[in-house]
This record gives sequence, structure tokens and C-alpha cells, in this order.
Amino acid sequence: MAYRWTNKMTKADVTPKSAYLNRRQILAGTIGLGAIGLAGRASAQGGLEPNTLEEITSYNNFYEFGTGKNDPAQNAHQMVTSPWSIKVDGMVDNPGEYALDDLLAGLSVEDRLYRFRCVEAWSMVVPWNGIEFADILNKVGVQSGAKYVAFETVVQPENMIGVQRRVLDFPYVEGLRLDEAMHPLTIMATGIYDEPLYNQSGAPTRLVVPWKYGFKSIKSIVRITLTDREPPTSWNKANAREYGFYSNVNPNVDHPRWSQATERRIGGGLFASRQDTLMFNGYPEVAPLYAGQDLSVDI
Amino acid sequence: MAVAQSINGVMRRLPAGTLYIVSAVYAGWEFWRALNQLGPYLVEPINVLERAYGEIALILMVAGLTVTPLRKWTGLNLLKFRRAIGVSAFFFVVAHFLVFAILDVQSVSRVWEEVVKRPYVTVGMASLLMLIPLAVTSNNLALRKMGAASWRKLHKLTYPAAVLGALHYLWLVKGFQIEPIIYLMVILALVATRYLTFERKRQVA
Repeated sequence: MAYRWTNKMTKADVTPKSAYLNRRQILAGTIGLGAIGLAGRASAQGGLEPNTLEEITSYNNFYEFGTGKNDPAQNAHQMVTSPWSIKVDGMVDNPGEYALDDLLAGLSVEDRLYRFRCVEAWSMVVPWNGIEFADILNKVGVQSGAKYVAFETVVQPENMIGVQRRVLDFPYVEGLRLDEAMHPLTIMATGIYDEPLYNQSGAPTRLVVPWKYGFKSIKSIVRITLTDREPPTSWNKANAREYGFYSNVNPNVDHPRWSQATERRIGGGLFASRQDTLMFNGYPEVAPLYAGQDLSVDI
Repeated sequence: MAVAQSINGVMRRLPAGTLYIVSAVYAGWEFWRALNQLGPYLVEPINVLERAYGEIALILMVAGLTVTPLRKWTGLNLLKFRRAIGVSAFFFVVAHFLVFAILDVQSVSRVWEEVVKRPYVTVGMASLLMLIPLAVTSNNLALRKMGAASWRKLHKLTYPAAVLGALHYLWLVKGFQIEPIIYLMVILALVATRYLTFERKRQVA
């Protein structure tokens, strides 16, 4: 299982900045026609067409900044992201309060073009920059008894309107099984399109677990805890029937309030058609992690 | 009361049909913005439009339910607009449903599946179905043919339709959100006034 994810993209696959920034202007030329296509996007690895920076950074769920999709882009600028430190504790050899730069020092930032599937049945394709999370775990030294990794998001009540409104039980917490966290697909993202993460995307650093629904990819991380017990997760605490611990993208298991069989790709406009959702969001290489588990029970 | 009287004076000169024009223009404007992905429609217009039509329908239902208590307690008489408010609410509920069915879910079988499988959709659909007989009978001819008593009885369907509409909203959101709770509480309070006012009347008498 311990292999490194190999990047099949070349420089030729990278969407030129002028193209991903200009799509709105191209669209402006089609106003009133509804003729919205993929104009201006370079083709990329595995047929994935990345969403534009504008789409990625203006349609977000980050309930600390409100429940509307535009709320995070409007409200997140108030979050203070520097200086930033992450507390690493629990079953690790080198616990401590790490300055972000120190935690990531010496580790290589890679480009990862991933599908991103929200539990609300919409999806994007995001060109992340980030560090394989296993590299960070190896750096802090995971002790042998550890089975899970728990994460916590920053809470800045004065800067976060959703925290004031108690939309969820904050701080937002998430968790992975250790083997999921060590999987080469799991990254700690530090950027999108080679720009530092915008606050609404989880600056300065967030997790990306591309085969799971988006809410597992916890944002603005301030704490990483290694533990031998399954950690609580925010959406599971809010509604256990609807949000399990695993939350793998699974078209065969509906969320009780909406179907997961299909999804809408963001960026297609008012007449975008739905497309079928893929098992594990199109990352079948993670299937062995769940061998022997009934994924209609372990949701 | 003096304020109410002067507002009543202005309202008397305003034809009720104005509301239909305002509703149609508003619906068209939101659709145009969604089509061209302007403002809140920038990235993902379908759900935003669905939400916009649904929310204005709820607001109009609240407005329709407010007419009678307002007249009773403040003397403000908007009775003339009540039919237009109700029919406009129906119009936005239908628009909301069409966005859901055609642009969002995109297939008849999937719409049916959603209605059957998802309680919050079932509840919303029930609200829409209740509003159909009300919309059909919202004209003077139907009122005459049915007779005022039975017409009024039928139109009490407004109450469960509005409550189900608010429940539909509360049920579909994730996490603890305040807006749908406010809608539900306001609608329940407005419906309750229909049944609690006899206390008040007895005191006056």
C-alpha cells in the first residue's frame, strides 16, 4: 500500500493562468445564450478539467462563516491566518505546538488534480498544491498503538459569524483511520493553482481526502491528534443517521435527504446536466482499505 | 390608527393586479440573473434559483396570512391584495418546483423517486398540491358558484400548506440554521391567531 502517488501531468497540462482567470470574460460573450462550455480550459490528466479559481474560491461550505455558498468568500477575510501553529499531540513521538512552516519544512509540495465531491451532490475539480499527509505523520513519528488521526479547525468567534450563530458544535472536528490518513492520495493542501489557499478554502492549510465527501477534508487545521479510539466528527455529532464516520463517496448509498447517484459539476451554468457519481469518487485504488467492510453499513 | 387610515387611502388607489406584474418581473429578473450567472448566481445558478423562488413563495405565504391579523389589530386593510398575494405565492411555488424538476433533478422518474423517498420533498409536494385547488378557485366566479361559506372553508387549506412549506425548508437545511425556524414559528403563530382570537373577542364583547 505504501507507494507514492505519481503525477502524470506535464507542464503542458497545466491550465494557463490567463485561461482560468478569463473564463468569465469568455462567458460574458455568451450572455443570454446559455451556451456555456469548457472554453478556455486546457485538457488535463485523466480527462479532468479543472474548475476556475473563481469557481473554486466563491462556492464554498465553511459553516464558521455562514451557511450560504457565497458566505465564506464574503466573510472569511476576517480570519487571522498568520502567525499559525498546529498542535500535534496524542500518540506521537514528537508532540508539540509547531509553527506551520516548521511542521512542513523539508517536505515537498506537489500538484494534485483531484475531483472534489460534496455530500450535497455537487462536485468540482481542483488543482491542489500540498504535501502527502503521510510525510507529516512520519515526521512527527506515529507510535505503534495509534489507529486514528483526529483534526480540529480553528475557532475565532469574533471573526466567524457562523460560530456566533452556533450552526454546528464548534470547533469543527474530523477524523480518519490511520491507514486512510497514510494513503498517498491524502494530502495537506497549502495552495490552489499555485496560489496560497484563500481563507474560504481553509487557509493556511487544510486536509484533502478526495475519495470522501468534502466535509471530511477539514479546513484551517490547528490540531492533529493521534489516538487509538475513533474520534468524534462534527457532522456525525450533528446528525449521526445522515453522516457516518467514513463518509466515502458512494453512489449506492443515498444520504437520507438526497440521492448520491448523480452529481452536478460546478461551472456548467443553468442548464448543466447531471453526471453519474463514481464509487470512491473515481479513486478505486482506495477500495482495499475497506476490504471486509460492508460500506452500506459503515457509511 | 391615523397611520393605518392614511396607508389605507394610498392602497385604495393601487390596483391589486400590480402585484402580479411585480411578481412576474421579479421572477423573470431572477431567472435572467441565473441564466447569465450574475451576483449570487455566479458559480452554481440552479440551486440558488431554486432557493430564491422557494423563499419568495414562503414570504408571500407569510404576507397572505398577515392580512387578517393586521386588519383586526391595526386597522390596516390590505384585504384587496390578499388574493393577488396568494396566487403569486402559488406562482412562485410552481416556479420553484419547475426549477427543481427540470433544471435540478432532470427526469420525471427521479422527481417521482424524490417525492416518494425523501420526506422533506413529500411535504413540499403536498404543500404544492394543496395550493392547486386554492389557485383554481381564486376568482369571483368560483366564489359565487361555491358560495362564500364553503369557499372560505376550502381556503383554510392555506394554513396547512403554509406550515408544510415552512417544514419543507426546515427539513432540507444542514445544521442548526435560524431562518427556517423563524419562518416556521411566524407561520405557526399566524395560523394560531385564527384559533386564539375568540378569547380576545369575548373580552371586547
